[in-house]
Amino acid sequence: MSQWVINGIRAGIKTTAYPAKPETAAGVTPGLPVGGDYPANNVNSLISLCPTRVFSDSDGQIIVDRRRCIHCYRCVRGVERPVNWEQSYEWGTVRDGQHEFGQPFERSIHICVVDAGDCGACLNEVKQLNNPYYNMHRLGFFITPTPRHADVLLVVGPVTDHMKFALKKVYDAMPAPKRVVAVGACALTGGVFAESFVCAKGVRDVLPVDVEVPGNPAPPLAILHGLLVATGRKAPAMKDADPTNLHE
Amino acid sequence: MNRPELKEQIAQRWPGQVQCRSESASLCELACARAALPELCARLFLEWNFSFAGLIVEEGASEWQLRYAFYGEGDAGWVHVLVTAPLAEKTFPSIVKFVHAADWHEREAEDLFGIHFEGHPRLGDFILHDDAWQENVEPMRRHFDAREAMRHRKPDEDWRPHRIVQEPGAFVMPVGPKFSGVTESVHFLLETVGEDVIRSTPRLFYKWRAIEKMAEDKTADEVLLLAERFAATTAFAHGLAFCQAVETICGANLPLRAKILRVFLAELERLRQHAGAIQEICESTALAVANAHAGICEEELLRISCELTGHRYLFGLLALGGLLCDLPDDACAKALEKSQKVLTQLNRLEKQLRVSSSFLDRLEEVGIVPERTAMVYGLLGPIARASGVVRDLRRAQPYSGYENLQFDVPGEQEGDGYARLRILFAEARQSVRIMEQAAAALQSGSVREPLQLRAGAALGWVEAPRGGAFHWVRLDEKGKVARYRIVPPSFANWHGFHLSVEKFAFQDFPIMLSTFNLSVAENDR
Repeated sequence: MSQWVINGIRAGIKTTAYPAKPETAAGVTPGLPVGGDYPANNVNSLISLCPTRVFSDSDGQIIVDRRRCIHCYRCVRGVERPVNWEQSYEWGTVRDGQHEFGQPFERSIHICVVDAGDCGACLNEVKQLNNPYYNMHRLGFFITPTPRHADVLLVVGPVTDHMKFALKKVYDAMPAPKRVVAVGACALTGGVFAESFVCAKGVRDVLPVDVEVPGNPAPPLAILHGLLVATGRKAPAMKDADPTNLHE
Repeated sequence: MNRPELKEQIAQRWPGQVQCRSESASLCELACARAALPELCARLFLEWNFSFAGLIVEEGASEWQLRYAFYGEGDAGWVHVLVTAPLAEKTFPSIVKFVHAADWHEREAEDLFGIHFEGHPRLGDFILHDDAWQENVEPMRRHFDAREAMRHRKPDEDWRPHRIVQEPGAFVMPVGPKFSGVTESVHFLLETVGEDVIRSTPRLFYKWRAIEKMAEDKTADEVLLLAERFAATTAFAHGLAFCQAVETICGANLPLRAKILRVFLAELERLRQHAGAIQEICESTALAVANAHAGICEEELLRISCELTGHRYLFGLLALGGLLCDLPDDACAKALEKSQKVLTQLNRLEKQLRVSSSFLDRLEEVGIVPERTAMVYGLLGPIARASGVVRDLRRAQPYSGYENLQFDVPGEQEGDGYARLRILFAEARQSVRIMEQAAAALQSGSVREPLQLRAGAALGWVEAPRGGAFHWVRLDEKGKVARYRIVPPSFANWHGFHLSVEKFAFQDFPIMLSTFNLSVAENDR
């Protein structure tokens, strides 16, 4: 028994200083592409390189729809002019016209996680929030198995037909006020799986979404940021532009 | 059994009914009359020591082609048994009576193609849930339009799933699809009369994204994205299997550096996946400190992967014909050094777990899968090896240069939860051993050979962290994918999962679930 204690102490403190201080360790995020200037004669080839139509052109400026990025790296690897890439992780975004979060969400919140067709990676990253590196409990975030106790519904996956009914039932079973956090490119846009006879193109097709966290998968720090945004403890990410209208 | 022996046996037993259609060093295609199919498959599987890789159904212009893929050790190579019939003919003999491993394959084909298998004990309500889908939808048929939204039937309040136990006092405990904290969506019907689980029927495919259908008529480059992303905790392994299938079709000769780097990354993924599996076992037994230690190991390996490749789950590295980008030697050396440190931590954790009686009590002699059953069910990977079925594709049918590497394939006999845990630790050690050899063998050179796409079909296989993964790809003249069939290891292992929970108590259920190391996303694809 004592050996467990000794080894526990030997492991030391691993927990990140985030959100008090930025996390600088290597390997915590895959990053996302950023827009900006790009050589005009390469713009079209860049746009056609992307399988999920992340990029669009606006007077010589590249506009990036970060929600669509699936980290295939085809715009940076093996190309003549790689697009700019940013190793950030504060990606939680609130769309215009959403609810004010306010007082009920300021303190400890309970989170119900629903897998609506996820590939396993986003879910694994949510699971990592409980490991000592991130330890979400210290911030008052708790995972609850039952929707009845939940304040926030965290959804991963593009929402398959078979899960649509279950997802709605979970949402309806949650007491108000409640918020929905959609995590990962699939939950935001359907990712590589949309749109098909068995798959919606994201959670928004089924439920009102309050906070969006891009990434494929969204790394743990980004999910943490999304939850902090949902509780009003962090500002939402600055968007490059609102590309919503460009593709939809 | 080697090839000449096999051909002699076949000529003797089924003269005129089974013919060798084509042959290469590793693959023998046997065209088989329908009447001879069950017995031929039975001999291969039960007598001649071939493993069942999968059933691949293809709808041609005028006829069905059913391909039963088997593989043996080394020289025995691959044997594909082919049965054809005109499209109007939709009944085939079932091989399930002899090859139980084919059970779910036939159910899947029945559900998605509308083919009937004569003699199969239970067809229907599998991928397309009966309570949601209309009758007679056959989504894998060529004429089915995958972009059109389906009109489902209204949820039927009175619909009840199939029940097996009819004893007085027996009841069904439904679990899922949303259950527990952070879990994948799957539904279990646990039938019980009280304390013990008598029958357990997993109801899967809540996450069915119809990857095989979505891949059709896409370019191989686009399908690679799907192959990597349908089960992303083992993304690299599945991406690799797909790439190898396409490269076989195109007769590509890969640069050595690409092969070695692929092995290095595949083993890094295995190490990380096993650390994650160990963490889940510790979590399920509520051993908080061990859970934290294993969680640290998994996160560190995720960070090592990200630092080396830019992505925590190794996305965006594979390309048809090699790798999308090169990885510097010194970065690989650094990743190896860090991985070795993580392995030291894992070894220390194992040493402690082996003397923690409260932990062992939950695993030992619980969830036993005997060797014979594991073999009959065609279980794969660490689960099978823990039950004494020690077959590993890296050894049995090596790919990507595994034949030149020194490593052991650990095996255990007990087949209980503890044996499965020990296998995970032992394989983690072997993975680091392989990474060491790969890093030492790196030589400068290119990492990608341009690929000339051409029409054809081939099977790609890898030993994924959860077991053998088989990807069948057919390309048409334009280089687009005409048929993509994925047989992931979790498909076989979910089939056998009920073995580990039946006759054991309810409280063992989550622990057995974690020791089986299953992925729903991989199965549901």
